[in-house]
Amino acid sequence: MTDHLLDIEHLSTYFYTEEGTVKAVDDVTLHVRPGETVCIVGESGCGKSITAMSIMGLQEPAGRVVNGRISLEGTDMLTLSKNAKRAIRGKEIAMIFQEPMSSLNPVLTIGQQIMEPLMEHLKLGKKEAKRRAIKLIEQVGISRAEQIAGSYPHELSGGMLQRIMIAIAISCKPKLLIADEPTTALDVTIQAQILDMLRQFKAESDMSILLITHDLGVVAEMADYVVVMYCGKVVEQGEVCELFEHPKHPYTQGLLKSKPILNQRQEELYSIPGQVPNPLELTESCYFHERCQHCMDICRVREPKLKNVGEDQQAACWLYEEEVLTHG
Amino acid sequence: MSSYLVKRLSYIIIILFAASLLIFCLYAFTPGDFISGNIKLSPERKAELREIYGLNKPVLERYGIWLKNAFQGDFGFSLAQQRPVLKLFNEYIWNSFLLAVVSTFFTWLIAVIIGVIAAYKQYSWFDSLIMVFIFAAMSIPSFFIGLLLIKICAVDLKWLPPGGMTTTGSNATGFAYIQEVVRHMTLPVIVMTLLGLGSLTRYFRSNMIDVIQQDYIRTARAKGTKERKVLFTHALRNALLPAITLVGFELPGLFGGSLIIEKIFNWPGIGQLYMSSFATRDYPLLMGFTMFIAILTVIGTLLSDLLYSLADPRVKL
Amino acid sequence: MSSVSGNLAAGKAQSPPVKSSLWKQSFKRLRKNKLAMTGFIIVVIMFLACFIGPLFSPYTENQINMRIMNKAPNLKHWLGTDKLGRDVLIRVLLAGRISLTVGFAAMALSVIIGSLLGAIAGYYRGIVDQIIMRTADLLLTIPGLPLLFISGALLSAWKVPTDYRMYIVMLMLSLVGWPGLARMVRGELLSLREREFMQSTIVLGLRDRRKLFHHLLPNLAPLLIVIATLNIGGSILLESVLSFFGLGVIPPTPTWGNMIDSANNLIDFQERPWLWIPPGFCIFATVIAINLFGDGLRDVLDPKHKR
Repeated sequence: MTDHLLDIEHLSTYFYTEEGTVKAVDDVTLHVRPGETVCIVGESGCGKSITAMSIMGLQEPAGRVVNGRISLEGTDMLTLSKNAKRAIRGKEIAMIFQEPMSSLNPVLTIGQQIMEPLMEHLKLGKKEAKRRAIKLIEQVGISRAEQIAGSYPHELSGGMLQRIMIAIAISCKPKLLIADEPTTALDVTIQAQILDMLRQFKAESDMSILLITHDLGVVAEMADYVVVMYCGKVVEQGEVCELFEHPKHPYTQGLLKSKPILNQRQEELYSIPGQVPNPLELTESCYFHERCQHCMDICRVREPKLKNVGEDQQAACWLYEEEVLTHG
Repeated sequence: MSSYLVKRLSYIIIILFAASLLIFCLYAFTPGDFISGNIKLSPERKAELREIYGLNKPVLERYGIWLKNAFQGDFGFSLAQQRPVLKLFNEYIWNSFLLAVVSTFFTWLIAVIIGVIAAYKQYSWFDSLIMVFIFAAMSIPSFFIGLLLIKICAVDLKWLPPGGMTTTGSNATGFAYIQEVVRHMTLPVIVMTLLGLGSLTRYFRSNMIDVIQQDYIRTARAKGTKERKVLFTHALRNALLPAITLVGFELPGLFGGSLIIEKIFNWPGIGQLYMSSFATRDYPLLMGFTMFIAILTVIGTLLSDLLYSLADPRVKL
Repeated sequence: MSSVSGNLAAGKAQSPPVKSSLWKQSFKRLRKNKLAMTGFIIVVIMFLACFIGPLFSPYTENQINMRIMNKAPNLKHWLGTDKLGRDVLIRVLLAGRISLTVGFAAMALSVIIGSLLGAIAGYYRGIVDQIIMRTADLLLTIPGLPLLFISGALLSAWKVPTDYRMYIVMLMLSLVGWPGLARMVRGELLSLREREFMQSTIVLGLRDRRKLFHHLLPNLAPLLIVIATLNIGGSILLESVLSFFGLGVIPPTPTWGNMIDSANNLIDFQERPWLWIPPGFCIFATVIAINLFGDGLRDVLDPKHKR
């Protein structure tokens, strides 16, 4: 418990819409240790981004954390005052987003945007902040840093902007970096560079990374620990090698199966049959039952709980509940 | 860009030309003229005056003369005041401008502030209150609110003068004069600000709502930027940018005065000049005023279009 | 392409989603909008009061009674009496009939003229488009208020009988109202034309009229309803301005605008506010109610508009 950097326990974040309540994050528990990279995997809309936003307190005002605890090194994030939370954002926990093109303010210069957290959190003066900003730009591998600092976001490419986002994120040496699909919007070659850079900074500063992605290739490359989410719930989690070698939940199995493998021609790309259910119409059940090959009666009416299925691996699936196996 | 401008400008000239012909005919066909309204004149004298002013010529010929002079920068003589129309404009326009500039300033200032706050607190009770206020401001008959304020603030409570620009018979100078004018313009400025506030506040509110949902606002918050700074540095700048196109549309209002407000408050501006000339059918003045507004309108529209291309993030800066 | 061939059999091209269920859904959402519903109720009350209310009044419009001239509001005359001893309340209600009628009729005329001309311009393009849109440009260039003032002065000069004036005022208001509308409709139509379902009507070889009235205009309906509603308020305001300056509908036909004219009399203005405040307040209440309702309509009907 105490060796965790971040503890999320029974987190539930709901969105109250005209049509009804959407349980975007539903009773999620996960932990991040210092220096560890945890990946949250899942299809779009499974609640992985909202989980990250909830950590930062950025899900507001549309979404509300209705239950659970988020603590960073023992500090309860949810009970903190707005100002105290703000002081942690950008300093202790930094975040980078999916769309570098729209994530930077079009009317402020790159330099101004990097200087902002430096002046806010480290209380640097303007000159010193500027000097640091230029150094940070160099650190993320962009030449002509001085010139770049004075330019506006629309003058830079997506890959460069994502580097700038990383520069902003690491500017105050955070303990945790949340990266929400950091490479999805980028070209493949640039993706690799960005991931390398994240790994490098992690190694240099011993920060933890919470990486959110739908790309299992990225997971394989980056993760120490994997959390698979489906419809706002954690369906399986475990140490990366174990999970990749012995996926237990049918959804994880499906995900891994649908990942194309290089040098290995498949007749047809596998895809999980069916569609993600409408979040407004969920009733107690295993939310994956409609798409599951192993669906049993109980899956339609009762929700499975996370259960140890390996040394460092848990899955929420009735297939691994002994009572069902013996009676069903 | 320059060929676009040439095209636009030549179209503007054609439209203005057509508009001037139409307006001239309308004024000319309105029965009764400046001379027939004057009962002190004998029929012979009237005929003589018509001859002098060229009022007995066919409409098209009169239009031709007017147009020729107008091209030379001569908009004729006011019949009632016996002075060149342009001279009169120059005299009255600055009074109108004073009123318009001050009220435009307050309108923008207040609209930006409450627009931003309402957007930030979207769907809160404050926002609902602002929405009702916006609709109220857009639904008030201008002359009625003017009359009501005069009745309450000037007649009943005697806080402020009911109209005019200076107190009758006053010969105050220097600071006392400024004070007097400020007191006189308070009510009309309040009314004009109120009238403009509705749509502008709404504009800024919806602009801000759009901007607040942008990714870069989320980034700013993720950096731990202070909320005030998120709003006023990050969001407001982006929300204000498209508003520069509105500057063009303000043009006719800034220089063209306000017919109704100036009439109600007896403010010696160009709108008031028009209203009194309308009663006496002082054609050169009416014609000049109407064309003046038409020109301001088309130039304002052109200006807005040009500014719009500047506001585009890929063209700007 | 399968949907087009399927429809060929039915002899009808498929129109995009203007379905009754969509309308139903919209009205369900509208009913939830408190501000809009409040506006709607005020408009209904105003209509009932003006059109049915006078039937229950013991007074008539021109019932002159010199013994009760200029009385302040009292129990017998809720809004007092005017200089001829006429009941102000009944006059306000009857004036409301005229003002509301003029406002609604002017809107209807503007919308009919504007959408028809805009649709024709946008549909046929070419020379027709040029003529219509250049006329609209011309009318938009001439400042509206002076144009209306001149027209009003023309009416007075030609001694148009007061009974007819309200009809001509409607026409005048629609004259300044239609160009903006035509522009909007044309723009909307041009973008609709490019959409797929219109391409399929070409494949089907439908006649122009059918295309225009059965496929294009129905798709404009939501937009038109919204603009029309918001236009009513503007028309009522403009009519009141004109009538206030004696250039719109003139006495003895009462409208809210020309009733406020009594404020031009110094003593009435200072001493007898019951003569001119009630009609002004009626204008305000009606217009704000219509605008609130119109805005609510826009929220549910116009998908492109964001609050």
